[in-house]
Amino acid sequence: MLNYLVRRLLVTVPVLLGISFFSFALLYLSGDPTDFLLPVNVPEATREAFRVAQGFDQPLLVQFVNFLGRALTGDFGTSLRFQQSAGSLVWERLGATGELALAAMVFAVVVGIPAGAVAAYRFGGFADRAVRAVSLLGQAIPNFYLGVMAVIVFAVWLRVLPSGGRGTLEQLLLPALTLGFGLVALIARVTRSCMLDALKQDYIRTARAKGLTEGLVVWKHALRNAFIPVLTVIGLQFGLLLNGVFVTEIVFSWPGVGRLAIQSIYSRDFPVVQTIVFLSAVTFVFLNLLVDLLYAVLDPRISYR
Amino acid sequence: MRSLAANATAPVVGTVTPLRRLLRSTSTRISLAFLFLVLLCAIAPSLLSPHDPYQQDLGNRLLGPVFSERAHPDHLLGTDQLGRDVLSRIIYGARITLLVCAQAMLLSAVVGTLAGLFAGYMGGWFDQIIMRLIDMQLAFPVILLVVAVVAIVGPSLTNLIIIMGISGWPRFARVARGSVLSCKEMDYVDAARAVGAGRWRIMLQHILPNILSALIVYASFELARMILLEASLSFLGLGVQPPVPTWGGMINDGRQYIFQSWGASFFPGLAILALILTFNMLGDDLRDALDPRLAND
Repeated sequence: MLNYLVRRLLVTVPVLLGISFFSFALLYLSGDPTDFLLPVNVPEATREAFRVAQGFDQPLLVQFVNFLGRALTGDFGTSLRFQQSAGSLVWERLGATGELALAAMVFAVVVGIPAGAVAAYRFGGFADRAVRAVSLLGQAIPNFYLGVMAVIVFAVWLRVLPSGGRGTLEQLLLPALTLGFGLVALIARVTRSCMLDALKQDYIRTARAKGLTEGLVVWKHALRNAFIPVLTVIGLQFGLLLNGVFVTEIVFSWPGVGRLAIQSIYSRDFPVVQTIVFLSAVTFVFLNLLVDLLYAVLDPRISYR
Repeated sequence: MRSLAANATAPVVGTVTPLRRLLRSTSTRISLAFLFLVLLCAIAPSLLSPHDPYQQDLGNRLLGPVFSERAHPDHLLGTDQLGRDVLSRIIYGARITLLVCAQAMLLSAVVGTLAGLFAGYMGGWFDQIIMRLIDMQLAFPVILLVVAVVAIVGPSLTNLIIIMGISGWPRFARVARGSVLSCKEMDYVDAARAVGAGRWRIMLQHILPNILSALIVYASFELARMILLEASLSFLGLGVQPPVPTWGGMINDGRQYIFQSWGASFFPGLAILALILTFNMLGDDLRDALDPRLAND
């Protein structure tokens, strides 16, 4: 297990290096980084001085090492728009995004897993067809479209929920459901197919034969064994959730990292963009690692050498 | 040599070809019919569209669809904030969507397939590098990355296609690599090698045709993903620029006026939803048709 952990971490290192290099290189995609960092009308002499002060005159590799060193200490430069450290700016918004992502994930798991399990148990029946139709729809509907429609129905027509902002539980409801809907569809589909497999196994017949109640057989024996692939999907789809965060936060004016990212891109605030690109990729890599390790805990059959 | 390869993979189901099996299903027929309609819109929008999509009519702004209260019989789906006909703009928008998404998908298919083919067949350090590159790129949230790059280099048609195309190659590479690994130990590959075929010949003429069905299925799902990505980009204002009509852009325009009229953002979204659904269902049906063993799931 320890051996595996070390090896897994070693593989992660080049990936992290690559991620850092890419986040760093973003600034150079269109040539001169001072184009982004300084206003257009700055005289060339000031520009040159800025280049020297920021180290843009040094070889790329040296600049990259500097970037890496600063990133490791949490220093990602200063936001051009807010005149504040980009790192702390992102940190301030992290709570809002975390709250939204967690609420969406809880919603997706609480609805998706039972829906998938019931669909598998009633294979071919009405519940199964309903779950399949909804999950087909859930995977096809764009997040932002769902969000805009939710606002039209609940905020404009029914006037029961606010159309945006953050603070109250009502304000959390629409964005969380919007963000979670696609995930519900996915989790329900995966749970369904894993449950279908699990229900065919010998131990289910054994459990039934020894007289366990149907509820115990399905919810404990079958679902437990179906859970590992479902967990993989949940873990991997956290990336998908991150994708949805950007547009969902824009639609609902949610003051999180996603909205900050898009707004920073509009206002060409590149230190902030770099920070978010870098941090979200790193988060994703570590989440994957965590999911891998969780398998071992959940499923004793998996052994790592 | 080639006939041997063909025999090894041909499904043993008599005269029922995959195409015929595909066309038997109702859902496929519906998806293909819808796809044909969208293609027609993209190729000859002027045939179907009732109005000029750029024609403004400020006296008739934000009309509702024809069955609502504030409606005009000339505008079936209503008008947008500048009085332009929503239906016409949706019809013209099909061209941009299909143009961008199909080309981006093709680009990522070619790059990804070649990378995956090489990585899987050659193995070794090349495989390692490709795999790490894939891990790396998949770690970034696609939307943020594409949005950031587009914002830097500018949202021209070519840039959009290239960037979206690059965003998709790792998934194709994974599918291709996986399929190569499972078929490179087959007898026909050994046979080809035994008669002296070179690496290139084996990869392109013997392995590629055999992994093609997996790739075609995947291409359909990837098209659905590209449509979503393109719609999100134009929703965020970083797609093809106005006044050219794009479905995502129309939703965003309509969003500012939802208190006056819901139609301007509702209908374009329906088009996106339907097209994504079409490619997802087509992908499912293709998989069933190309691999009859899976057909019952």
